[in-house]
Amino acid sequence: MRKIKERVIEKGLQASALVTIAVTVGIILVLSIEAIRFFSEVSIIDFLTDTQWTPLYTDKHFGILPLLSGTLLTSFIAIIFAVPVGLSISIYISEYAPRSFRKTIKPALELLAAVPTVVYGFFALTVVTPFLQSFIPGLSGFNSLSAGLVMGIMIIPFISSLSEDALHAVPNSLREAAYGMGSTKLQNSFRVLVPAASSGIIVSIILAISRAIGETMIVAIAAGQQPRLTFDPTVPVETITAYIVQVSLGDVQHGSLEYRTIFAAGITLFIFTFLLNTISYRIRKKFREKYE
Amino acid sequence: MNNIKKNRLLDQVFKYWGIACTFLGLVLLAIFIGSILVDGIQRIDWDFITSLPSRKAERAGIYTALMGSVWILFFTTIIALPLGIAAAIYLEEYAKESKMASLLEVNISNLAGVPSIIYGLLGLEVFVRIMEMGASVLAGSFTLALLILPIVIVSTREALKAVPKSVRDASFALGASKWQTVSRQLLPASFGGILTGIILALSRAVGETAPLIVIGALAYVPFAPESPMDEFSVLPIQIFNWISRPQHGFEVNAAAAIIILLLITFILNGIAVYFRNRWQSKLK
Repeated sequence: MRKIKERVIEKGLQASALVTIAVTVGIILVLSIEAIRFFSEVSIIDFLTDTQWTPLYTDKHFGILPLLSGTLLTSFIAIIFAVPVGLSISIYISEYAPRSFRKTIKPALELLAAVPTVVYGFFALTVVTPFLQSFIPGLSGFNSLSAGLVMGIMIIPFISSLSEDALHAVPNSLREAAYGMGSTKLQNSFRVLVPAASSGIIVSIILAISRAIGETMIVAIAAGQQPRLTFDPTVPVETITAYIVQVSLGDVQHGSLEYRTIFAAGITLFIFTFLLNTISYRIRKKFREKYE
Repeated sequence: MNNIKKNRLLDQVFKYWGIACTFLGLVLLAIFIGSILVDGIQRIDWDFITSLPSRKAERAGIYTALMGSVWILFFTTIIALPLGIAAAIYLEEYAKESKMASLLEVNISNLAGVPSIIYGLLGLEVFVRIMEMGASVLAGSFTLALLILPIVIVSTREALKAVPKSVRDASFALGASKWQTVSRQLLPASFGGILTGIILALSRAVGETAPLIVIGALAYVPFAPESPMDEFSVLPIQIFNWISRPQHGFEVNAAAAIIILLLITFILNGIAVYFRNRWQSKLK
């Protein structure tokens, strides 16, 4: 009797774990089915090469490039801002700051990632953009610069926290050897510890990029809704995610071509983040083996 | 200046640069919260919390959105909690080191990195269309439950991992079965850690906007939900809607609603940190 009960419970637990597989399969199926229907009406060559994205107008163009450039531009600005800051924080906390400081500052920094993104969007639109306009003449009310910078603030803890863990995990013998040779903390950090922890640091940066590419509300609020193929950070753009929000807010008929565009955009986004996550997972696996 | 002096100077410079970076984000956050408080605090009163939405900014309130958030949180919890904990127990205590476990592990780590808006597209097709739930509280809760599932699983596994092996050995030595060990020893011992993870997951869910917009949650809902099949709005969507309007009055409303949303988020995070500290000191 007890054996049967144990078996039933184990199967139940297993079924719950398998739900996660079902979610992945569900995501891939839903995105592919609608995307395949989309590509039966729009040629994939046009999708990848057309430089205009105007599915909601009468003169329809379905080129993903403008949405992709908007996504990459805002993410690039965020990463350029967050990587040096986040990395400096991780080195400071791991090598310079007193131990007790580490315990209080890490949860405080993680608060930055806990703030809802719609709140950051408001911050970008009502505080950062007017501030930037005061010394960048011609900066539009919606722009990728402000959205990107605020997104950078949001992803700082992703980089600082994971990089700090990686630095912290470097064996003390390496530190002691470097100090024994008479190096300063700075030399030790950049010439010994950062290279030794490089895989963990790279993982943190890849995860931050993936997070920035998928971020929605900040860019939907502050970067605008004008798909255009540009790398000018001062003009309105539209990201893949912001487009999906824009269509979802309007009255688009289920089953129409416009409805399917959000799945075509969605699968593009999914492929990007999937690749980044897979790469980071691979590096992380390798890295774990190195120190254990 | 010789080399040693130069290196020491650079070392000092980097130290202050590090301090500056560490506080940069926090200072910006403080500036922002300060400016929101200035904008919105005088708008918050009992009427603002208990009024229905309105076209007139000064009469509009957050009642329906706040109630929508409460409903969504409640159902998200009762869906994600048992699933997530059960999956974590299976991975940590039953399937360890098996081929299936490593497949599940890669999968969960990937799911954690899927952008939230993609979960919205999944929810739109599966829950709203195929299962015909419409843009209801239930459809929204299922969508958010799947979104936070990886967080619940990962944190529950961490909590189970932290329970010393001696507890398991002792339980098995007394003749307890696997499930008896899990339910009577491991779950009570890891309760604090599991709770922390769940509260953090909920604080994430309460601020989620994009997936709920995608499944069709509305900004304007005249009444608070009365059943799981009702339409709903949530606080972040109400804020987003007010931000998108040109009149200044709505910007004040948005600031006021943000204060309430941040309050909820920070309280949840505070509770989580409190439980984590208490639990960690108890484990030692």
